[in-house]
Amino acid sequence: MLDSYGSDAKERVGFFTDTSICIGCKACEVACKEWNLVPEDGLVWTGESYDNTSALGANTWRHVAFVEQKEPARLEGDQPDALRWLMSSDVCKHCTHAACLDVCPTGALFRTEYGTVVVQEDVCNGCGYCVPACPFGVIDRRHLPRSPADPPAEILGLQLGKREDGRAWKCTLCYDRLKGGHEPACAKACPTESIQFGPLDELRERAGKRLEKLEAENWNGARLYGNDPDDGVGGFGAFFLLLDEPEVYGLPPDPVVTTAHLPEMWKTAAVATGALVLGVVASFLGGPR
Amino acid sequence: MSETRSYYGRPVVKEPVWKDEIALYFFTGGLGGASSVLSLVARATGHELLAQRSIQIASAADAVSPPLLIADLGRPERFLNMLRVFKVTSPMSVGSWILAYTSAASSVSAFLNTIGRLPRVAELTRLAAAGSGAPLAIYTSTLISNTAIPVWHEARRELPFLFGSSAAASAGAAAVIAVPPAEAGPARRLAVGGVLVENVLFKLMERRLGMVGEPYSKGQAGTYKKLAIGCTLSGAALLAGPGRRSRLAAVAGGALTLAGEVALRFSVFKAGFQSARDPKYTVEPQRARLSAQPADPRSRTRPVSGDGSM
Repeated sequence: MLDSYGSDAKERVGFFTDTSICIGCKACEVACKEWNLVPEDGLVWTGESYDNTSALGANTWRHVAFVEQKEPARLEGDQPDALRWLMSSDVCKHCTHAACLDVCPTGALFRTEYGTVVVQEDVCNGCGYCVPACPFGVIDRRHLPRSPADPPAEILGLQLGKREDGRAWKCTLCYDRLKGGHEPACAKACPTESIQFGPLDELRERAGKRLEKLEAENWNGARLYGNDPDDGVGGFGAFFLLLDEPEVYGLPPDPVVTTAHLPEMWKTAAVATGALVLGVVASFLGGPR
Repeated sequence: MSETRSYYGRPVVKEPVWKDEIALYFFTGGLGGASSVLSLVARATGHELLAQRSIQIASAADAVSPPLLIADLGRPERFLNMLRVFKVTSPMSVGSWILAYTSAASSVSAFLNTIGRLPRVAELTRLAAAGSGAPLAIYTSTLISNTAIPVWHEARRELPFLFGSSAAASAGAAAVIAVPPAEAGPARRLAVGGVLVENVLFKLMERRLGMVGEPYSKGQAGTYKKLAIGCTLSGAALLAGPGRRSRLAAVAGGALTLAGEVALRFSVFKAGFQSARDPKYTVEPQRARLSAQPADPRSRTRPVSGDGSM
């Protein structure tokens, strides 16, 4: 995957988000916004547990999900009144086979030397193709119904104002910090090390051991999500340890990169093209009337 | 089947950010592409008037298409970035090149024909435009199939043929309006044939998709679908009957068919948004796929009654 970088290629890095130790503090959300100058996107009360961010998007690159369940945390004995509170910090998966990158017509989305997926905001023309292509609903076009008088935006000199930003945005896995030898802002800020940053191979090994430990301790529903290099997107660069099915956290249970079917789709298109030409020719059989 | 589990009913995939210009472009791209093919075959078989009018229709459609696409960009001033790279993994990249080429060729051809100069260059550019006409009419279906939107991605086998038959019907209907009935025979047959094929295909597609195909019959998509069926079938009936002799009936039938084709594109377009909005269309097929596979011994879920959420 990183062959094109030759000797400039770096070890592939990513995140292992261990949700079993997430405490829902949202330090990751805040650190991400601060470091990456991600604009505010509305202050609303959703009534959905402690979650008022709701979903990943152009202006939310880390999102902490909160799920309250009548379920025991551990499978031991009879617990009729059991309760548990699932918390999980979601992020761009930096897929091995990334649909957003594949479909981007301008080359604005690219694979970095660290194996991560990043948008070049000076190239993106806001065509929006990456938005419905992502199987996780991560990337989005930035809408900014903000007042141009909004001080932070003005001070920072960003192109925010009356006009919509119009470009696609998502997590960069702090490309700038990686270049400077630092870990991403969210991982740095996480107080429980629920968000772990490092070389992907090392993270996968660590995650396997963690799962074994949780299983030995009878944790309810512990499983790894996105750690398998043979899954539909070739494994995530940012994978998770979850405590329930992925869809409970708003994640797709079996994501497949859309371009996996593209060769087949181009073939169908070629046949349809031929059929259209034949159809036109056939309409001329039988004379002018 | 029990209710799909989800995160507060929120979507898993994002709705497209495309506006109605894109649905209109599906129509104009199809009309332009198929009209230039129609023109070429008409010229080759000696239907001069039909050939001339069809290339004019194609040029008009090809001229409208790029502004529609540019208007939808988040950063319209950067539209030329579309020609910065060529990527076969991106049908939008491939399509941008096809449209740029077709649009340039067909406008040069139309311009030279109008001023009556350089007839050989005019003919060559017309051939060039016709060569890319059919791909122009079809690629938009590949573009939307190549997304994570269930109702588009799962329909990847049918959509190219649906878009192709809709393009054929559009080109035929537009030509029928522009040419007197006595010389419009091939265009009339193309329009009626396209309408019949597309209506049958739509039914078959919905039947194969099952639950995933529901959005085609719901909400705005469903309304547009009814409109499409009503307009195209009544238009085709007018063309096949009185339209064979009466110019008035031919114009009315052609206009109805064109309106129906626009509605068809809008039905497919809106269905994509509706499909993204409800997480069950994303989650259920993936769940079904997983349960068809042998169980992963590393994944353990305690069987629960109900979905366990509070």
